[in-house]
Amino acid sequence: METPEEIRDRVLARLPGAAVAVVANPGPAAQHSLLLGPADARAVAAFLRDDPSLRLDYCSNVTGVDWPDKEVVETTKVSTPDPAGGPPRVTEAKTRRIQPGCLEVVYHLYSMALKHGPVVLRLRTANRSDQVELPSLTPVWRSCEFQEREVFDLFGVVFSGHPDLRRILMWDGFADHPMRRDYVEPDDYEWEPTPHGDVLAKATRHRAAAPAGPGATEARP
Amino acid sequence: MTEPAPPSPPVTDDERAELRRHGILLTSIEELYNWGRSNSVWPLQFGLACCAIEMIAASMARFDIARFGSEVFRPSPRQADLLIVSGTVTKKMAPQVVRLWNQMPEPKYCFAMGACAISGGPFKQGYNVLKGIDRYIPVDIYIPGCPPRPEALLHALITLQEKIRGQSLSGRAAPRFLQPDAACAYPVPEFGAHDLEPPRNPEVWQPPATARKEGA
Repeated sequence: METPEEIRDRVLARLPGAAVAVVANPGPAAQHSLLLGPADARAVAAFLRDDPSLRLDYCSNVTGVDWPDKEVVETTKVSTPDPAGGPPRVTEAKTRRIQPGCLEVVYHLYSMALKHGPVVLRLRTANRSDQVELPSLTPVWRSCEFQEREVFDLFGVVFSGHPDLRRILMWDGFADHPMRRDYVEPDDYEWEPTPHGDVLAKATRHRAAAPAGPGATEARP
Repeated sequence: MTEPAPPSPPVTDDERAELRRHGILLTSIEELYNWGRSNSVWPLQFGLACCAIEMIAASMARFDIARFGSEVFRPSPRQADLLIVSGTVTKKMAPQVVRLWNQMPEPKYCFAMGACAISGGPFKQGYNVLKGIDRYIPVDIYIPGCPPRPEALLHALITLQEKIRGQSLSGRAAPRFLQPDAACAYPVPEFGAHDLEPPRNPEVWQPPATARKEGA
């Protein structure tokens, strides 16, 4: 099968100006992926499906990744020449910047007809709070429907053009997106026979808040 | 004034066995009634996860739950006596389980089968699994295991039969369905924005004491 770079070049030859980039995987798997811009993601996806030498007719998996805001510290060396003619003085300057986070959706594509794959596509939202819209690829691959609903449910990515975008695992009216990194789970009492640390603190708090009821005196066997 | 006559001692088991040897069956309504209902405990045909597979295995020929009169799995809660909560209760499923329990007529009994139904099991640190069905409905027998073998379910059934046979039909020790003021409907939790509301039924369940000294 073609490498991601070759696929990217053919996509650009067919759709000039499309935002397609190769994201390299430096690990031993070396499974490089294609990062698509949201504007022409659906056109690129349709090309990948219909191209006679690719024929990626099967989307096996859609998943999400949450990239929170990340503080990056960059160290640069600044050399200032010594006016007395000695060796230049080297100082390190540290700059901190916040790398803005995003939500990412990953698609794994295979070809049932030509028996090859996977080709990995990535789509990224602009941020994690208010610009979380991405084009749905369900019109291209029907198997994305439930999995995009799952990504919507657990990560909060809004897929425009999805035929039936509702929560699928949690109930309607649930407010949170549990797979996000900053999700705070409900304060559920969790029973441990010999708790310690946070679990012990939680158990003590729950016991103190509970009124003396019929179950309070009975220790569970 | 004369002292009231002391109450005559109840018939002992030895005397009853002696009478049976002579062809006389001496029993009480209570005993007969409990014998009858302990041998026809009909479970609700209801499974949630892998524990249900063991429950199904218990009903098949090798383990044969019919030996204990419980082979009639009823597909309607209106006809069932026993709710076997067999498997993981997700928070999305919990209101339906409580509603099924409310729809069952008294006398009714409940098994928490497996680690998940007892405490959430391997999923208890998750956000989406109820940490024990006993937070909403009263559980008669806990069956530990992941999943419990069919023999464990049969043992729970035998234990339940012993419990039913030991119940008296009057007085304070009478079962729930013979007490006029006891509740047989339990509040069904609602889906909230972050969790089930309420997260537990305080009438049924309170956080239990832990083995470790608290506040230390």
